[in-house]
Amino acid sequence: MQLFIEQVLNGIGNGVVYGSVALALVLIFRTTGILNFAQGEMALFSTYITWKLASESDGFGLPIVAAIGISMAIAFIAGAAIERVLIRPVEQARSPLNVVIVTLGLFLGLNSVAQLIFGTDPQLMPSPFPDGNVELFSSGGDAVVVSKATIGLVLVLLAECLLLWFLLQRTKLGLKLRAVASNPDSARLHGIKAGTMLMLGWAMAAAIGALAGSLVASQRTGFDGSLMQIIIVYAFAAAALGGFDSLIGAVVAGVVVGIADALTIQYVDPLEGIEVVVPLGLIFVVLIILPNGLFGRRTVERV
Amino acid sequence: MSMPSDATGAAVEPAIGTLPEGAEAVTAPGEPPPLRPHLPRPVLIARIVIGVALSVAALYAPFYFTPENNRILSQALYLSIAAMGLNLLTGFTGQVSIGHGAFFGVGAFTTAILMVDHGWTFEATIPVAAVLSGLVGLLVGFPALRVRGLYLALVTLALAVLFPRVASKYVEGAGGVALLRPRRSEFASLIDGLDDDQWAYFVCLVLAVVLFVLAWNLVRGRMGRAMVAVRDQEIAATTVGVNLAGTKVGTFALSAAYAGVAGSLSVMIDRIADATSPILYLQRSIEFLVAMVIGGAATILGPAVGAFLLVWLRRNTEDLVEGKEILAPAIFGAALIAIVYVLPEGVVGGVDRLLARVGRRSSGSLVRPAPASASDVPDDSTNPGGSHEEGT
Repeated sequence: MQLFIEQVLNGIGNGVVYGSVALALVLIFRTTGILNFAQGEMALFSTYITWKLASESDGFGLPIVAAIGISMAIAFIAGAAIERVLIRPVEQARSPLNVVIVTLGLFLGLNSVAQLIFGTDPQLMPSPFPDGNVELFSSGGDAVVVSKATIGLVLVLLAECLLLWFLLQRTKLGLKLRAVASNPDSARLHGIKAGTMLMLGWAMAAAIGALAGSLVASQRTGFDGSLMQIIIVYAFAAAALGGFDSLIGAVVAGVVVGIADALTIQYVDPLEGIEVVVPLGLIFVVLIILPNGLFGRRTVERV
Repeated sequence: MSMPSDATGAAVEPAIGTLPEGAEAVTAPGEPPPLRPHLPRPVLIARIVIGVALSVAALYAPFYFTPENNRILSQALYLSIAAMGLNLLTGFTGQVSIGHGAFFGVGAFTTAILMVDHGWTFEATIPVAAVLSGLVGLLVGFPALRVRGLYLALVTLALAVLFPRVASKYVEGAGGVALLRPRRSEFASLIDGLDDDQWAYFVCLVLAVVLFVLAWNLVRGRMGRAMVAVRDQEIAATTVGVNLAGTKVGTFALSAAYAGVAGSLSVMIDRIADATSPILYLQRSIEFLVAMVIGGAATILGPAVGAFLLVWLRRNTEDLVEGKEILAPAIFGAALIAIVYVLPEGVVGGVDRLLARVGRRSSGSLVRPAPASASDVPDDSTNPGGSHEEGT
């Protein structure tokens, strides 16, 4: 029982990371209708910036929280720039496949440029959370413990999610963002600057990615250029499972995927080495039963 | 670049998929749309000349180049086959797949396992690889009926990520890793006077020509019309009697079989079937997609042009940065973005439009404007993309 609970907690810890990258994917999808394959590598680049700012030995030695903040601000501006300079001209040709190619090009480019600038050796990211564990409860001598870092990660993600929800659902800016996502042309007719909103969507997603990347790197014993490669697959899985237009769905699905993964590693021996089958199989089944995901809205199509 | 001669003939007709939907409507009422659109004479002559020149070049190339270059040409050929398979599914039928690397892998491992463990000759394994990957495609095609657009892209992405993991669990090569290397001698030339590399090149060339002609015939006919209808407006297609499930699943299986043949050929060219890298087959999927898009989606020649361009680009970006190999993907990525900027419809789409414009000018008003040429739509810049919109 104790093992089971620890595995679930473990899964939640990983799951919130998947969830927060999925959140960035969903944000771009909701505001611009684009699937951003470069999201993981954008986050990787920002993570390296955070590391450069915070590292005592190879960088500027700033406090980690300040470093993450600056890195998020840089990512915010860079995200807006990517939308304006790289995505929009291609998107205007109205070919989603070409946008996919551009994001794939970015994926390849950002990864190799990041490794060129920052090197290929594994690096150590300082953690913004205190060390140590918290004892949740003890049952018959066995204590169930969870690390403070995991708790911190969950809290940060929850705050991020609430903030985004509030922004999108309860502010005028959020209304404009949603209007542009649902129909850019009519939004324009109502005097909304659609271009600015699209840039804002990418900017926010890039900043969220920077936060997620920096936090996950701080939990590892070292990170390199492959940091986001598996995470991004799980994040895509979470986004699909949650229904692509739901922020809450992305986070919940991220946690579900994380838990399913952790439990498989622990309990299903025949699948050793291919645990990834479980979350991916889960998505397969859910999408076949509910083609719009768990939380996605059903759309009516006009012919 | 060498181009299969018969596939070059395909350029004589603009591919169905590049046409805007309203193209047929331009024909006078009551007149059935002509099967072969009327082409202005200069364009026709230019195409015949280019076609003959390319086929001569394709046949002469392996005797002119070094074995190393022949290997690269053969790589471009098998890449074109896989890109063509993806083109049938994504370009013509509008179902985006990022999982074709997995079908490619099924083909490669089928061939490698049959050769290494069961002693088959290489040539005999190709049909088996095609059938097996086609079957896997069929299995994936059924769920794909429920899942559309973006979600389908993700399901197939999962497939590409899964494949190397499953393969490395169940395939055991030398040293316990999922890596099979058939012996070099097993790929020996079957014709006297041809070196091994030349023989390999011709095997790839013949298969590429056969499969391209097959695809060309397919998209010109009933099936092709059904595929394009499914892409452009799924629901409307069902109301005019298109068998939605049959078209989608059938195209999925066929498309996977193309990728399987390409995978099988890759074992002959690269002498390896490898599942040790977790993202290798995802990279393959991306390669196919890129080759298709830069060549021109929903065109017949596009995948081949794109594949050769891709291989050429990759080779030159590698040479460009001696000592800083890590930068090669960055230059490659930048080049991809640049191509999409300059030629949003791909090379073949762009050339087609240019030729249509030249043809219209030189033929003057004597010839009735070719009903199927995109030039009849004044603002055609938004059209080819528009027809893809349902795709993702």
